[in-house]
Amino acid sequence: MPLVKSGKIVEDQYVRIADDAPVPDGVAVIVSGARFLDDVETFAHRTAAVGVLWPNNRPIAELEPHLKRIALVALVFPGFRDGRAYSQARILRERYGFGGEMRATGQVLRDQFLFLLRSGFDSFEVSKQADAAAFVESTKTFDVFYQPTGDGRATAFRRRLGQAVRAARSEHRIEV
Amino acid sequence: MYRYDEFDQTLVNQRVSEFRDQVSRRLSGELTEDEFKILRLMNGVYLQLHAYMLRIAIPYGALSSDQMRTLAHVARRYDRGYGHFTTRQNLQFNWIKLEEMPDTLADLAKVGMHAMQTSGNCVRNITTDQWAGVAADEIEDPRIWAEVLRQYSTMHPEFTFLPRKFKIAITAAGHDRAAVKVHDVGLRMVRNNAGEVGFEVLVGGGLGRTPFIGKVIKPFLPKRDILTYVEAVLRVYNQYGRRDNIYKARIKILVHELGAEKFAAEVEKEWAEIKDGALALDPEVVADVAARFIYPDYAPLEDNPPALARARKEDPAFAAWLDNSVANHKRPGYAIVTISLKPIGAPPGDATAEQMDAVADLADRYSFGEIRVGHEQNLVLPHVAQKDLLELWQKLEAHELATPNVNLVSDIIACPGLDYCSLANARSIPVAQELTERFRDHALARTIGRLHINISGCINACGHHHVGHIGILGVEKNGEEFYQITLGGRADEHAKIGTLLGPAVRYGEVADVVEDVVAAYVELRTRPEELFVDTVKRIGVEPFKERVYAAR
Repeated sequence: MPLVKSGKIVEDQYVRIADDAPVPDGVAVIVSGARFLDDVETFAHRTAAVGVLWPNNRPIAELEPHLKRIALVALVFPGFRDGRAYSQARILRERYGFGGEMRATGQVLRDQFLFLLRSGFDSFEVSKQADAAAFVESTKTFDVFYQPTGDGRATAFRRRLGQAVRAARSEHRIEV
Repeated sequence: MYRYDEFDQTLVNQRVSEFRDQVSRRLSGELTEDEFKILRLMNGVYLQLHAYMLRIAIPYGALSSDQMRTLAHVARRYDRGYGHFTTRQNLQFNWIKLEEMPDTLADLAKVGMHAMQTSGNCVRNITTDQWAGVAADEIEDPRIWAEVLRQYSTMHPEFTFLPRKFKIAITAAGHDRAAVKVHDVGLRMVRNNAGEVGFEVLVGGGLGRTPFIGKVIKPFLPKRDILTYVEAVLRVYNQYGRRDNIYKARIKILVHELGAEKFAAEVEKEWAEIKDGALALDPEVVADVAARFIYPDYAPLEDNPPALARARKEDPAFAAWLDNSVANHKRPGYAIVTISLKPIGAPPGDATAEQMDAVADLADRYSFGEIRVGHEQNLVLPHVAQKDLLELWQKLEAHELATPNVNLVSDIIACPGLDYCSLANARSIPVAQELTERFRDHALARTIGRLHINISGCINACGHHHVGHIGILGVEKNGEEFYQITLGGRADEHAKIGTLLGPAVRYGEVADVVEDVVAAYVELRTRPEELFVDTVKRIGVEPFKERVYAAR
């Protein structure tokens, strides 16, 4: 499954570890949320990066106390109609200030990319090669947004006010 | 009318490009039907029994004459010359080819129309009172808030894949014409003790197979908080709403299972985190949206001009229409005119391209170019000078648009039923047609008085049968169409779910049963002013049941 970061298809630096497999030293790993919480101390003392795969039906608040020790949170879309992880993502970024990598996993298709970006995701395990290749193009379809989210894109509501200020300024210049 | 600015228009245009690309990926096989399904639903495209159906958004039921003409054009160019106005103030076309959907949407976009979020598990068209802005009994114009919510909910990145669809309705009038108590979120504009206007918030209302009346979870919400509070409701729902069973996925089930108090507490907790964030509304932002609403330049006119009184005396047919279809306007000398889309013997809510063009022309001439769609599937000309009423009536008559049956027994709300819909168990339209024939005598209909019949062809309740004064629900028994009859439902400020009358009856018996029910009512009411629903409330369904089933 191709991984997209910063708009490009890249090599995955993380290894996903099954719950019953040993955790190798010196490699960045992704472990399940349950395993991570069972053994927070051990994972905290690792030097290599730790990523956590967090299910979409468990409150993300449980992960909050440990976010400083986590380099990556992978959230799950079991099917692309199941949108619970969008809420988890916004809470992680906007409320808890999580600054690490946030990865969309599961059924991740082209038509979700913009919603995912706007919700705070910055890496994407894309289900189809063609979608991954079209990532940049497909996130440029829209440039008008109505909702303020953590991605910082200005909303139409604000841009209208900005326009009014600019209009007032240009009127003033003509007078001068 | 709200006038789109460059931002609103750009988004609609970009959405057309996006959908064009999605359709071409589907036609080339790059997208599977399962993947495409969600994308087409987000653009109002359903696959029905015989063809694709396109549901076009009419935000809060407001249409300009140019938009109406474009709908007529679409009906002619891409469909079979007619369209169907729905109970959510939208319009459906039933015969558009998938390959032509992008062009259809591009034509609609030229007049600022689209089909975004008219389906799918997202926030749907925001609906309101079809008399908004002109009703004599409203606190303020609820369309401003419907528009703010429309923008907020359009392509919301977090809430486009909710557990199930999500419907919001607003009313600002004492008399609720928007059925807010049977919506996922119902908003009533109210004044608090300090005299400030805000919102009473109800959640968890809805019909379908498990009907509920919405519960108040916030008696007074200041205006600045409307979006943050709605976001909190949606976030709680998105995370905790059930996804294991499509029939239990609406917010009403979550509210019911948690209890309204616990649900409200969850919302409060979430709201506390975001209420002072970027989504809190600045008065400037609201003023900016309000500034793009164009209000008519009314002339100073007198109420009840003498010529109108004369015409009323001279022509009883005109008088009947005046009494039935014309309501008070908040400006003197003006009136609100309802155009019945329920002619005797026709499918409720249908309009031909010719009728759409005629209504557009009449709106230009008599109603400042403005038209509304009501959830009862009728149209409204909201600003007609009283002195023009006679002329308008004559022209409406010529297009079969002046049936004086608004709010009467033949003003039936019905879903498309088994004639179109792949979900239906039974036909709705022919039942409605038969009933309008039975009650075609307007004098008789006036004697009966206000009576709403609602017909749904299946348990999904698109015809809102639960809240019909008489509700008719089509079910299937051993491959045969049967109909359950309920009495005493209502969708207004006293919203109530109807009570089952008795065993379901066969297709051929429905009209007879309804006639018997109505006859029983006329016998049982204490005086002509006692409405059907009030009689049912007073005596219950038993006396009706005895009379109806005794003969069967």
